[in-house]
Amino acid sequence: MADLKIRKLRKVFDGLEIIKGVDLDINDHEFVVFVGPSGCGKSTLLRLIAGLEEVTSGTISLDGRDITDVTPAKRDLAMVFQTYALYPHMSVRKNMSFALDLAGIDKSEVEAKVQDAARILELGHLLERKPKALSGGQRQRVAIGRAIVRNPKVFLFDEPLSNLDAALRVQMRLELARLHHDLNATMIYVTHDQVEAMTLADKVVVLNGGRIEQVGSPMALYHNPVNQFVAGFIGTPKMGFLDARVISTDPHSVTIELAAGTRLQLPISGARVSAGNKVTLGIRPEHIEVVKASESAFQVEMDVTEHLGSDTFCYVRTSSGETLTVRAPGDFTGEFGQRVGLALDLNHCHLFDESGLTIPKLNQRAA
Amino acid sequence: MMLTLKQTRQLRTFLLGLLAWAVGLVMFFPIFWMILTSFKTELAAFASPPELFFTPTLENYVEIQQRSGYFSFAWNSVVVSFGSTIIGMLIAVPAAYSMAFYESKRTKSTLLWMLSTKMLPPVGVLMPIYLLCKNTGLLDTRTALVIIYTLINLPIMVWMVYSFFKEIPKDILEAARLDGATPLQEISRVLLPISKGGLASTMLLSLILSWNEAFWSLNLTASKAAPLTALIASYSSPEGLFWAKLSAVSTLACAPILIIGWLSQKQLVRGLSFGAVK
Ligand SMILES: Nc1ncnc2c1ncn2[C@@H]1O[C@H](COP(=O)(O)OP(=O)(O)O)[C@@H](O)[C@H]1O
Ligand SMILES: [Mg+2]
Repeated sequence: MADLKIRKLRKVFDGLEIIKGVDLDINDHEFVVFVGPSGCGKSTLLRLIAGLEEVTSGTISLDGRDITDVTPAKRDLAMVFQTYALYPHMSVRKNMSFALDLAGIDKSEVEAKVQDAARILELGHLLERKPKALSGGQRQRVAIGRAIVRNPKVFLFDEPLSNLDAALRVQMRLELARLHHDLNATMIYVTHDQVEAMTLADKVVVLNGGRIEQVGSPMALYHNPVNQFVAGFIGTPKMGFLDARVISTDPHSVTIELAAGTRLQLPISGARVSAGNKVTLGIRPEHIEVVKASESAFQVEMDVTEHLGSDTFCYVRTSSGETLTVRAPGDFTGEFGQRVGLALDLNHCHLFDESGLTIPKLNQRAA
Repeated sequence: MMLTLKQTRQLRTFLLGLLAWAVGLVMFFPIFWMILTSFKTELAAFASPPELFFTPTLENYVEIQQRSGYFSFAWNSVVVSFGSTIIGMLIAVPAAYSMAFYESKRTKSTLLWMLSTKMLPPVGVLMPIYLLCKNTGLLDTRTALVIIYTLINLPIMVWMVYSFFKEIPKDILEAARLDGATPLQEISRVLLPISKGGLASTMLLSLILSWNEAFWSLNLTASKAAPLTALIASYSSPEGLFWAKLSAVSTLACAPILIIGWLSQKQLVRGLSFGAVK
């Protein structure tokens, strides 16, 4: 069992509020990812859970037991650090068995657990080596092994892949997903990389400036972001934003006019806005299509196009000087400066009010 | 004539090597001369121009041993320098640990303040310390020297240990804490083994400084607790200038520390450069 409940958690460093009241439930077996821009307090939140930082106010409980003031070792958690934090003077075997040795567990049992973890992580042939003699990926594995042998209730990871090169990162990401499945463990994972968040998480927690912006499954965040920040943070390439003005509303639709002059009627409830309101239209690159200039009222000028093979990313400029990214098929060709039309998928248009909050759609997709 | 890149590099290595040897010889020459003189007769030691070739004699060493008893002085030096080094480390390690890993607003200024006490001229506090020792009955005791040496070396020891601890990522200690280590285990099983090279060079430096210290040993000891530095001083003036005996006693006093220093050059260099040379 591992049910983690965080209530009204705050952390102040030198008079500066870094975590500004966080409420969060993490359920047994869940893979939860804290994601957000650098400096938003992800690591601090994780360290509060680990007990490495003292809580300013609020509570943390694990399976109904209040662990807010319990020492780190007694919380039944294991953490994998960004820098791996292996003990440089100990062999891989000793690194993994250190916690068990300290706990005074029987030698043969320790050996069995180390062998088990080494088998899962394919570290068997490296057990006698010192961390110095390992590659980055291997060190990462030892750090994970050190957590596994303790059989903790919750695994904590702080940006574990950020020191690896791109290829290895993708490989380790897959291994982590497999590990989560095999161990059936509860994991909390911190990253600033939203791709890691989307691919690994059962539940994504988007943090910004010490607050939770949104909690939900990757698909829920993708389809129904609660505000402009989440909308812009989740998804690659990023969602494009265009300034607009509300022309008219009715219960089932909102008609807006873009700064570029184009009018659009969106399937969004008109209850929250009224004519004349300033709004922002959000649309993802994959929900825009490039068409002939004559086929759309929304005309733009082509800027750079990037060919990735599978896709082509076109950067376009509107007549009001705003830029949008369009995801076109791999064989798309466009010329610099060419005038083209854009067809927006109106069902996938997001509308944000002046404070950045999402104006709800009529048919929200199930989260 | 044009030199190729390789030749230029070889020439530079050669010239730098020559310079290093020259500097080394200049610095070593007094010690060499001292050792040489210690094997001369008093007469030969005075000869002008000095003789480079002579029949060596051990008479100076024999006489020193008969007159003063080298080993009681040496034993005092050993007790005092090892004693102050061990006590110093026992204080410096926890102090540096808390400053390196639990930094506060005042940590930096505390460190600077500690170092600034080294700038005080020792003679400035001679009277108060002499009187303190006198009134507590510590004059001419090894205890007094151990206490004083510990105190005067402590700032440098804390500073050095601190700089070695600073090189160790905090994450490693936090990992140990999560693994269930108590603060004492954190220090003894993780921190100390990792920094043992740095700690060794700190101890070495403290040993050398204590061994060579002459101001306090001359002023606070008479006979019972007098270390080797006091033995040297006792040969310098009262009986006129006996160059050969003075050289012999100096050689005896320097020998142990020279040997230790020679055996541990690597550690020492790393320690004195505060970990900059790996
Ligand atoms: N020990 C500390 N003392 C003072 N400020 C800190 C401390 N730890 C973190 N902070 C501050 O808290 C903020 C959030 O840091 P962190 O949680 O590491 O961000 P993230 O992991 O999201 O990049 C940063 O502005 C950082 O400067
Ligand atoms: Mg961080």
